[in-house]
Amino acid sequence: MNRLTYIGLVIAGIVVFVAIFAPFLATHEVTAQNLELRFAAPSAQHWFGTDGLGRDVFSRVLFGARISLQVGIIVVVVSAVVGIFIGSIAGFYGGWVDRVLSGYLFNVFLAFPGLLLAIAFVAFLGAGLEKLIIALCIIGWVGYARVMRGQVLKVREYDFVQAARALGASNMRILFTHILPNAIQPLIVQSSLGMAGAVLSEATLSFLGLGIPPPAPSWGTMIEEARNFFSIYPHVLFFPGAAIALTVLAFNFLGDGLREYLDPKQRTR
Amino acid sequence: MKYKLLSFARQVGLIILVAWTVVSLVTFLIEFVPGSPATAILGETATQEQIDNFNRKHGLDRPSFFLSISFEEGFEWHGLNNRYYDYFAGLLRGDLGTSFRTDRPVLDMILERYPATIKLAVASMLVAIGIAIPLGILAGTNKGKIIDNFASFIALLGISLPTFVVGPFLVYIFAVQLEIFRPTGSLYPEDIILPAVTLGAALSAILTRMVRSSVIEELGEDYVRTARAKGLSERTVIYKHVLKNGLIPVVTILGLQLGVLLAGSIITEKIFSWQGLGLLLLDEGIAKRDYRLVQGCVLVISLTYILANTLTDVVYRWLDPRIRLN
Repeated sequence: MNRLTYIGLVIAGIVVFVAIFAPFLATHEVTAQNLELRFAAPSAQHWFGTDGLGRDVFSRVLFGARISLQVGIIVVVVSAVVGIFIGSIAGFYGGWVDRVLSGYLFNVFLAFPGLLLAIAFVAFLGAGLEKLIIALCIIGWVGYARVMRGQVLKVREYDFVQAARALGASNMRILFTHILPNAIQPLIVQSSLGMAGAVLSEATLSFLGLGIPPPAPSWGTMIEEARNFFSIYPHVLFFPGAAIALTVLAFNFLGDGLREYLDPKQRTR
Repeated sequence: MKYKLLSFARQVGLIILVAWTVVSLVTFLIEFVPGSPATAILGETATQEQIDNFNRKHGLDRPSFFLSISFEEGFEWHGLNNRYYDYFAGLLRGDLGTSFRTDRPVLDMILERYPATIKLAVASMLVAIGIAIPLGILAGTNKGKIIDNFASFIALLGISLPTFVVGPFLVYIFAVQLEIFRPTGSLYPEDIILPAVTLGAALSAILTRMVRSSVIEELGEDYVRTARAKGLSERTVIYKHVLKNGLIPVVTILGLQLGVLLAGSIITEKIFSWQGLGLLLLDEGIAKRDYRLVQGCVLVISLTYILANTLTDVVYRWLDPRIRLN
């Protein structure tokens, strides 16, 4: 694995650590306001300064990691499970099942710009954590399904699958115990890149006011709140912005590195 | 010829099917609005008469679909007397309904803003191409060297930095500190520069990676060796041979990304108060709960996306005879 992958791994590790231990690492209460200390610059007391309501930006950025990772993990797991299931069925059965699933269903979901679909869902259903997660899963599963379909199409022709079939194994047994474990590797890459995408989408929707409502310390919401004041107080936007960028960058590095590591053709290039 | 026609018919059929699904989805979403559109628009204090009038005016008193199911009446068939049919019939006449808020035709409101969004999308695409092609060639021809690592790093950074972080920082540097541009607005021609760079940054990152791997792949081909063996200069080899073939996949990505740019422009338009379709959707549609307008905006953006993808496919086939023949 290259150096950038390790950098990604270290940053992602730090983000996970921060998310888990946020209550112990935070220096202030996340929602505690101090109107006398609005937009205070970074200092020994407030490492990242304070926001427009005098809340400690450092503590809010730490707790923001929790929200981002929580959304990211749920979205990746749900999308991957749904995607793996549908993709496997399409690839394994082929024929009209595949034509309906990959020819129609995949194309429909890919025909929408993902972000727009998420915006539309949240706009009609209302903002909130659960709805945000549902919207991101709805746009997320198809990526996994496509990769999985391609993999299953390849693996189902291998000799050991033919052998299992000759031994009289049922379709479900062949699919879940023989094909799936051998087809799942590229999904690891997809998950890492999906994690980056989910963190970014959560922040984007929260920035648009369609994600997690205030006072929850979502990074996107923090940027939206800082937007009108950043020209005078850039620190309120800089720290949550850097947190998003570093987290997304880390998972992208990781995904890219894993792709190269798992694909020998890319490694030699 | 017969096969060609069949493949064309299949493609057209798929586009129609996808467009129909998109329209249906957008039509159905309005049914899931918590409460009702009438109370969302008129407020909790509205009288029953006001609500009835509103529903009648916008056709919301009619059944939502051809068929309805209820505990009291069981299945009920409504024939063509339903909102789903109304919306489709209207669409075929070029009517997207009237705005819940302003009573203006939604299509007129969209058409006023549409050119600004397209202008922004095209400008950001030009920015992206301007950055990506030289950077991608540089990285691809210097594979593994420090310049390649640097370009790859910049590209990944571009993908990871959200528009709503890049935008405000560009404003901070170029509008607040250097005072070269205005921070927001879309009145003057130069106002497009900051939004276009913001929106184009992420795309340029994706394109750079694409150009790089394309160049690396083409450099390994036999025709490159032949061209070099003929004694052509490296410059001619790269620009006349490698780039011509290497840009084919880039065209596809460009076309596919036009739709992504349209969706991404929603955020950029918000940051820069760019008076396009995205701002219309957010400020007039979602913020004011004008669901009819939201339906229209989502529909127009999605259909533009589908159209861009289809055109890309056609151009791609035309550019690469291998695909045409297959």
